Amino acid sequence: MILVIAEQRDGRLNRATWEAIAAAQQLAGGAEPVGVAVLGSGIDLVAAELSAADVSGVWAVNHERLASYTPDAFVAAAADVITALAPSHVCLPHTYQTRDFAPVLAARLDRALLTDVTGVGRRDGAPIFTRPMFQGKLVAEVVAEGAAPHLVSFQIGAFRADAAARGTGAPVTVHVPAIGAAALRQQAEAPFQESKAAVDLSQAERIVAVGRGIKAQEHLAMAQALADAFGAELAASRPICDNGWLPMERQIGSSGQTVAPKLYVAVGISGAIQHLVGMKGARTIVAINKDAEAPMFEVADYGIVGDLFEVGPALIAELGKG
Amino acid sequence: MKIAVCIKQVPTREWQPRLNDDRTWVRDAEISYEMNEPDAYALEEALRLKEKHGGEVVVVSAGPSRVQQVIREALARGADRAIHAQDDALGRADAWAAASAVAEAVRLEQFDIVLTGLQSDDQGHAQFGPVLAERLGMPHSTIIMEVQIAAGSLRVKRELEGGWFQYLSMPLPALLTIQSGINQLRYATLKGIMAAKKKEIRVVTTAAPVTSRQRVLSLSVPQKSKQTAMITGSPADAAKELVRRLREEARVL
Repeated sequence: MILVIAEQRDGRLNRATWEAIAAAQQLAGGAEPVGVAVLGSGIDLVAAELSAADVSGVWAVNHERLASYTPDAFVAAAADVITALAPSHVCLPHTYQTRDFAPVLAARLDRALLTDVTGVGRRDGAPIFTRPMFQGKLVAEVVAEGAAPHLVSFQIGAFRADAAARGTGAPVTVHVPAIGAAALRQQAEAPFQESKAAVDLSQAERIVAVGRGIKAQEHLAMAQALADAFGAELAASRPICDNGWLPMERQIGSSGQTVAPKLYVAVGISGAIQHLVGMKGARTIVAINKDAEAPMFEVADYGIVGDLFEVGPALIAELGKG
Repeated sequence: MKIAVCIKQVPTREWQPRLNDDRTWVRDAEISYEMNEPDAYALEEALRLKEKHGGEVVVVSAGPSRVQQVIREALARGADRAIHAQDDALGRADAWAAASAVAEAVRLEQFDIVLTGLQSDDQGHAQFGPVLAERLGMPHSTIIMEVQIAAGSLRVKRELEGGWFQYLSMPLPALLTIQSGINQLRYATLKGIMAAKKKEIRVVTTAAPVTSRQRVLSLSVPQKSKQTAMITGSPADAAKELVRRLREEARVL
């Protein structure tokens, strides 16, 4: 069996779970069953939702100590259900939560974990996985070493949620894991949002986003002028917001907002995967970068290799002509 | 407070990878290196914790002898001493192997807190910190944006996705992975660089072979997922052509 570990919070399923199910179904290739485990407390409805997938079964791993996420409780519960079901692979979405507990889970089980995987294939019957390396400049084909199960986390957006095959209603089994109170060391407080975002970039039709290539805070005036010329909102990659040059709510990427505007103009953004996951759904993408090898060009519809301090003002002038 | 900060030496951002002949790794002799950026934020946070609570900051790195470049840099920024888990095989090793080597090298140190970056800019496994926590028997939390220490316990602000955060508490000793942007980095002063030359780097080697949990079969340049129309010419000509195509082809203006 290939076991998917679903992710939910407060009874709401993380959409990336369906992507992990699609990846697991592809990995199984019809040759072995796929099961889904969901961890939490009072998760009947989520388990029922998951039973719509074309899987052999859903395991509702239910415990009051799983009500709010902590890594210790989730590692204990996941290790318990994995040991009970003895899968060949354990598939997870590569979310922040997975990044928090899956490495510890793999270490405790003494098994391999491949993270941020973007593709699965087989060679001579053995699974081979692809994942980015060196900030997406290269793609690696990798294999897991050692005994099963091998744990695999899938990059958000690498598989399509709607590609997950639906079935006729998989049976739901309640699994009560052993979670010793003494093993729980973290205490979690309720999640919160820092500030109500003053700008909702997800609603913007056009976005001009700037990255490290802008070099200094005083150059943001040109970026703003370029955004204005396009009739666009100004956004940025993480380093710009880390420097305090733009507020965090204007950050696009895995730790910021996910957007899908009609037009996305990436200016001086190399295109690290953490940024790409936030914007690759844009309909038309323009990349302007002095580095012809920048990964941003791989997702761009239009590219200009050049100095943004020359191309930017030229675009402002051109758009100003009406 | 006895504070450890684990740093990795990675290729510079400007580095353009070239593959070796069998396409299983990059030509590492051609690489210029720098400190992994998230680790630099972890180092800064460690130095700030020491300034607030006293104690010492010990920088720890696993890798071939070349990693002493970033160890020296960390010492110049203010770390007190260093531990270098040295093995040529650690240059390509995965997070499992690196965490195992570091766990062995620091086992007798009894750190109160261990910090490291949330992931490396080279292999990007995002596993080293949590695996090290498990190997050291410490509680952990990841992607941290704030660290508070009071009366032997730790309260941290953990970043969730989409602009959400959460506070967690846990006892010390503990391990945290630090998110970029948690603080503003300091740079080494001339005085710091001079002082670093006298600081101790303890080199630790073990007889145990370095074993990774994953093997790279091949590396390649990513396939384009889209046909990208590259627009050339002078800035003015390129701007004109881009605007024309955005209006007439893409119809987004």
